[in-house]
Amino acid sequence: MSAQLNSDQTLEAFRRDTRAWLEANCPPEMRQPVVDEYDICWGGRRAKFKNDAQRVWLQKMAERGWTVPEWPKQYGGGGLSKDEARVLREELAALKCRPPLTSFGISMLGPALLKYGNEKQKSEHIPKIVRGEIRWCQGYSEPGAGSDLASLKTRADDHGDHFVVNGSKIWTSYGDKADWIFCLVRTSFTGKKQEGISFVLFDMESAGVTTSPIRLISGYSPFTQTFFDNVKVPKENLLGELNKGWTIAKYLLTHERNMIGGMGTQRVTPLSQLAIKNIGLAGGRLAEPALRTDIARFEMDALAFALTMNRVTDEAKAGNETGAMSSMLKYYGTELNKRRAELTMSVAGSEGLKFGDSHSEEQLAAMWLRTKANSIEGGTSEIQLNIIAKNVLRLPGA
Amino acid sequence: MTLVLTDDQLMFRDAAKRFAAERAPVSQLRKLRDDVDPIGLSRDVWKEMAEMGWAGVLVPEEHGGVGFGFVGAGLIAAEIGRNLSATPMLSSAVLAVTALLRGGTPAQKETLLPAIAGGDLLIALASDECVRHTPYHVATRCTGKYKLSGRKLHVLDGHIADRLIVTARTSGDIGARDGITLFLVDPKASGVSITRSSMVDSRNSATVDLRDVSVTDADVIGTFDKGAIVLDAVLDAGRAVLSAELLGVAEEAFERTLAYLREREQFGVKIGTFQALQHRAAHLFCEIELVRSVVLRTLQALDAQEPTASSLVCLSKAKASEVARIATNEAVQMHGGIGMTDEFDIGFFMKRARAAAETFGDQYYHTDRFAQLSGY
Repeated sequence: MSAQLNSDQTLEAFRRDTRAWLEANCPPEMRQPVVDEYDICWGGRRAKFKNDAQRVWLQKMAERGWTVPEWPKQYGGGGLSKDEARVLREELAALKCRPPLTSFGISMLGPALLKYGNEKQKSEHIPKIVRGEIRWCQGYSEPGAGSDLASLKTRADDHGDHFVVNGSKIWTSYGDKADWIFCLVRTSFTGKKQEGISFVLFDMESAGVTTSPIRLISGYSPFTQTFFDNVKVPKENLLGELNKGWTIAKYLLTHERNMIGGMGTQRVTPLSQLAIKNIGLAGGRLAEPALRTDIARFEMDALAFALTMNRVTDEAKAGNETGAMSSMLKYYGTELNKRRAELTMSVAGSEGLKFGDSHSEEQLAAMWLRTKANSIEGGTSEIQLNIIAKNVLRLPGA
Repeated sequence: MTLVLTDDQLMFRDAAKRFAAERAPVSQLRKLRDDVDPIGLSRDVWKEMAEMGWAGVLVPEEHGGVGFGFVGAGLIAAEIGRNLSATPMLSSAVLAVTALLRGGTPAQKETLLPAIAGGDLLIALASDECVRHTPYHVATRCTGKYKLSGRKLHVLDGHIADRLIVTARTSGDIGARDGITLFLVDPKASGVSITRSSMVDSRNSATVDLRDVSVTDADVIGTFDKGAIVLDAVLDAGRAVLSAELLGVAEEAFERTLAYLREREQFGVKIGTFQALQHRAAHLFCEIELVRSVVLRTLQALDAQEPTASSLVCLSKAKASEVARIATNEAVQMHGGIGMTDEFDIGFFMKRARAAAETFGDQYYHTDRFAQLSGY
């Protein structure tokens, strides 16, 4: 009881200190809502800061390790407990602070490095992720290996002290802006296809690496196809054991899925508010009853999903098994996000159809088109359902 | 408050799980139906349930209950749903107890709550007058001081109740929230006639006719003309606990279906190997997980008397009704021909899902109410 009381008091003290520090150190510009992609700070060697405030905010947060609050202090992380990290998130939200740094190093590679990396790899790469010095991209999918990722053909041949990598990756998010890549390569052509895959890290400035942007239906080009022509990769850049990369790949995918699934709960203006503005009320109800029903059903499912995210988080904190939930959250969250976008387009009417004007306040059509990728990237909805059928429901032959 | 059950709640649930499976399983409901049992449930088993703390789950200890709150009631209800246990849990232990706790006089609480908690007294709510749930549509008249006349539909456990809680119009127009008053009525009083209805789910429901039934000020529950305050709380309690029961129905039907998919062979393979069935099952799994979250959150909100609890009740009842409908329909479909036979139990789950969904507002009612509470 008194231990509990003490820890509550400590946590409250942490909250006071955190708030005071954030108030003193978060520039006012960084407390404004994010309006365009330049407001998101990705870091990297060629980082383009929109303004000085963005650069300062990253630097100050990185100094405390608060770009990754729960990572260990020895590699530059914040070293916070789960409760302290929650308090920090709450205080950041209360002051409307923007995230100081967004990166695949944080959301995907970091957790895998911490779990599977050797000491040299961790002390080399993690601090640079924490400080936003190196921007990472993901080399997973290939033109011939999408949902069937394990059939990938990009090969790394053993040349003594180094590998030579040849092949091509596709859907490399920001491949043309990234400094390093974490990449799945084939190192064995015998036995089960999953057991001949290795996980390697290399510099995108290495000789033989080229990228080519892919223009999407939304008009944006966030992805590239990435080509490797006799790229030399030192053997020390192998993460984990040779031919055991598939285990790391799957571990990392659960983090990616949680990140994509979590987009279903992003705080955005409730659809009903936009609907009231555009459609109006009649007798206290939205004037289009059929659309009203669909909006209500969506908002109820979105609330139910948000509560489920909370429950899964609480279960994890209580030490209960939740690993199998990432496929469910990815599947349901992305399908919800698509429903939100479809309904938003319906509510917006002809206004939502405006396209290609980069100065328009809201690029609804681009957002709508972008959501279509949510249920494809990081494992399609159908793949997630396969995983649930096999790993959770234990159905035969799945 | 976290969305995880405490150790005490887990123990309470496990005890309920064992008891329901042993003493009130589906086979008992089947037997009650086949025997055309005049009571429609076992009062002896209800006495045992009372000893387990079920009848008094919402009753504070000072009145002879266990005070385990709505989360506790929901844990029991989920097991009732899994076993289709025939009990007066909803009518007496949830609806009547909530009415008395929210609006009962000290004398009413003193005499009635311990008797309910002990499993000796059954009280039924006689409120609905329309075939579709329309709580403020109260046309039952109250004349003089006081005589009640009207007709009440879908009164759960009405034909075996020792007391009725009747909503009557004491002022205002039919349909108005104001002007409703709740009265305790003795079903043996002159002018009360009760007709049991035979229901698709083999559970107890009755029509209650009232003709100049005499009641007094001592019979009023809550404030005269302001009975809707108590009625709203009673209905939300019933809806939340029914949502938990529907969750249990959905879970059980789903698990039985998964077992069948793992064992039934066609075309020389287990039918569970077919992706068409796997994906439907996997989607249903996700929907049931959502219902688990909303039901627990809603029960917690009722225990804490949170101001937004009604919105959560709508979400729970709508989602649980819809998902239980899908789960039981998929169960029958995936079982194929055997699912259509009376001999096989799965049909009982579909029937109960239908009846529980209709009771106190289905997904359509609660989707509309959710939107209204959200300002559109």
